Amino acid sequence: MRSRGPHEVEGVVGRRVIYALMLLAVVAPMVWRISFKERPSAMTRDIFAAIEALPPGARVVLSYDFDPASEPEMKPMGDAFSRHLALKQARIFYLTLWPLGQGEIDMVTRRVLASEYPEYRYGTDYVNLGFMSGNEGVISVAMTDLKKGFPTDVHNASTGVDGGLSIMRGIDNLRNMDLIVDVAAGYPGLREWIQYAAVPGRIPIIGGSSAVKSPELFPYVPAQCLGILAGIKGAAEYEQLLLERYPHFDRPESRVALERMGPQTVAHLVVMLLIIAGNMIHLTRRRREGGAA
Amino acid sequence: MQRAVPFAITFVTAFVLLWAVVVPPIDQIREEFVLFFDILAAFAFLLGGASLLGRHGRKIRRRARGWGFSAVCLGAFLLTLIVGLLKVGGEGGLAGSVTAEGSVLGWIYEYVFGPCDASLISLLAFYVASASFRAFRVRNAEATVMLLTAFIVLLGRTFVGGVATDWLPPELAPLKIPNLVQWIMSVPVTAGNRAIMIGIALGIISTSLKVMLGIDRTYLGEDA
Amino acid sequence: MTRRLAIAIVSLSLLLLVLIRASTGVMANPFNDPRALGSWTAAFFTLCMLSFLYGDNPFFRFAEHVFVGVSAAYWMIMAFWRAIVPNLLGNLAPEIPVALFGMQLPLDVPLTQRLIYVVPLVLGLLLLARFLPRGRTLSTWALAFTVGTTAGLRLVSYLATDFMAQISNSLQPLIVLRDGGIDPGRTFSAVILIGGLLCSLAYFYFSRERRGALGVASRIGIWVLMVTFGAGFGFTVMGRVALLVGRMEFLLRDWLRVL
Repeated sequence: MRSRGPHEVEGVVGRRVIYALMLLAVVAPMVWRISFKERPSAMTRDIFAAIEALPPGARVVLSYDFDPASEPEMKPMGDAFSRHLALKQARIFYLTLWPLGQGEIDMVTRRVLASEYPEYRYGTDYVNLGFMSGNEGVISVAMTDLKKGFPTDVHNASTGVDGGLSIMRGIDNLRNMDLIVDVAAGYPGLREWIQYAAVPGRIPIIGGSSAVKSPELFPYVPAQCLGILAGIKGAAEYEQLLLERYPHFDRPESRVALERMGPQTVAHLVVMLLIIAGNMIHLTRRRREGGAA
Repeated sequence: MQRAVPFAITFVTAFVLLWAVVVPPIDQIREEFVLFFDILAAFAFLLGGASLLGRHGRKIRRRARGWGFSAVCLGAFLLTLIVGLLKVGGEGGLAGSVTAEGSVLGWIYEYVFGPCDASLISLLAFYVASASFRAFRVRNAEATVMLLTAFIVLLGRTFVGGVATDWLPPELAPLKIPNLVQWIMSVPVTAGNRAIMIGIALGIISTSLKVMLGIDRTYLGEDA
Repeated sequence: MTRRLAIAIVSLSLLLLVLIRASTGVMANPFNDPRALGSWTAAFFTLCMLSFLYGDNPFFRFAEHVFVGVSAAYWMIMAFWRAIVPNLLGNLAPEIPVALFGMQLPLDVPLTQRLIYVVPLVLGLLLLARFLPRGRTLSTWALAFTVGTTAGLRLVSYLATDFMAQISNSLQPLIVLRDGGIDPGRTFSAVILIGGLLCSLAYFYFSRERRGALGVASRIGIWVLMVTFGAGFGFTVMGRVALLVGRMEFLLRDWLRVL
């Protein structure tokens, strides 16, 4: 192993100290159970109100367009939407444009719907149409003929008239839906749903987006999209609203995002301090070098 | 022939999709074309897997450097492929869901793939912190504006932002950090992102037209 | 040598601690519970991936290669079972998936429809033909179809949603009235929104030299874009930290059970 110069040593040592700081910033609040009450923003309240206003039996597409990499941000959102829609007795059509999204839908249907809403029946109250390849092409086909785009559900039951899925009766295409809810971490995602479904079909759409993608999507609000939950903060705000409106949700599995905001807050402060420290060190070095010269 | 056929295919497909918007009778053809596209996308996934098989297989055959890891990769690939194609362990067998409860593929997804995927991406948190310390330098006024905005957003997206400016009187409510963040996102950030969006849209429209008319044939491996 | 020794001692100590916790029942025992085996497997791969923070090492490379292999296979399986079988075979020869896999598909598919679906089958095989010695040329036909479809879909959607709709969204009153007078807050916001948009667009106009009004507008546009990128950075940090929080939560709560 070749020996490192002083500058390289400083770089290597400094980098690991920063990693350790970040780790501490995330772990310590978890161990000490630091969490805060969230103050939902106006946009989150609008999204909540839109789902609150749904009548029983409303037809809602819930698209899970994310993979395990984005699960910490997106899963709490998806779970909160699922709980709220089930509470409002909406008919939920789960589907995904991501191959890895099908596993996420399986988890929410088993661990949220099947366990918390045993009266919610598969095939009547909700259906899992699973994954279909083609990205925005899937949305384009579904806008004309949903059953052509998804000929079977994940259990290989036909979505057509001869299948046992009563939820699909009267559904020709996405234009029959009352609301689209898309929980998306990237491409294909909310932008594609807005471009190919919400705008041409004038279908109301609500989005949950990863924090990284959210700023790019805000121009669609409110004309093309009712609102967007941005990242873990958006998920936490939505969970807060659910807790306030429906106190029986006050249990650990319904407070996942809220619990994560504690470490999130401390980590944000650490990053800010790192930026300030980096700039101060840089300025000090420049002054020293300027003085020496 | 080598260039004419692909160009003709591109032109006809794009033309049909374009005109289906204003000529409803050809919408049926548009729908079929898009369905074909969806199926072709699935074949692209097969292509990816086959490509992986070929690349790592060659590495193992040649006993190239790191061939042991290629063997690991292929082993994981083949194991997952077999349990997935045969729907091993899932309720309903071949007739059931590919990710049915109890299936081996479902187990691999939840306990192997998921953790690997999530952990790999979570490394970025460390690198973002490191990059913030090393590279985020306030060298001029524009960088200062960028930094201040970042700070306001970072604070405003946490509890601290709400509490830090709670003491402000109602007349100065717009300066409370959560309200400031809301305003920043809905006004200047929207303006900036909208401009970028319009620019990208113009670029995509022009590129689509160039591809459709055969002016841009880089996808065929030729110069534009 | 000293550093390696220190790392080895720390790692072994942690392993010993974990084994003690597992054997005393504090942590789930992987040898008598499939879910616990899953947690331990997940923890192993998580730690392998996170070990990259120290530097490239065999554990990380092992996990990385497993991840790549499983990922490629998973995508292939999903493509096969969710797209090729129900959509392609289901239209071309539905009798096969119905008989072999118990799928519920309509069997009364007209001959014309079956013949039409020979097209995607041929295109798919052409795409795979790139592995054959002279297959590259043929595979460009399938690629051309993909490119043409994408171009056709995106031209219309981006024109309608990202171009015209965004311009329409921006056409709002510069001076906002309320209760018979001017609303200063909303007017200010409207001026910033529309002015910021126009100035940002001016910045991206490179066909003329930036002098005079265009120069001033470009300078203002840079400021607006700096605010945009600053907000983007803030959200990016938020997103990345959330992913780390999720992983740490798994390790501490689901695996080590210290939470």
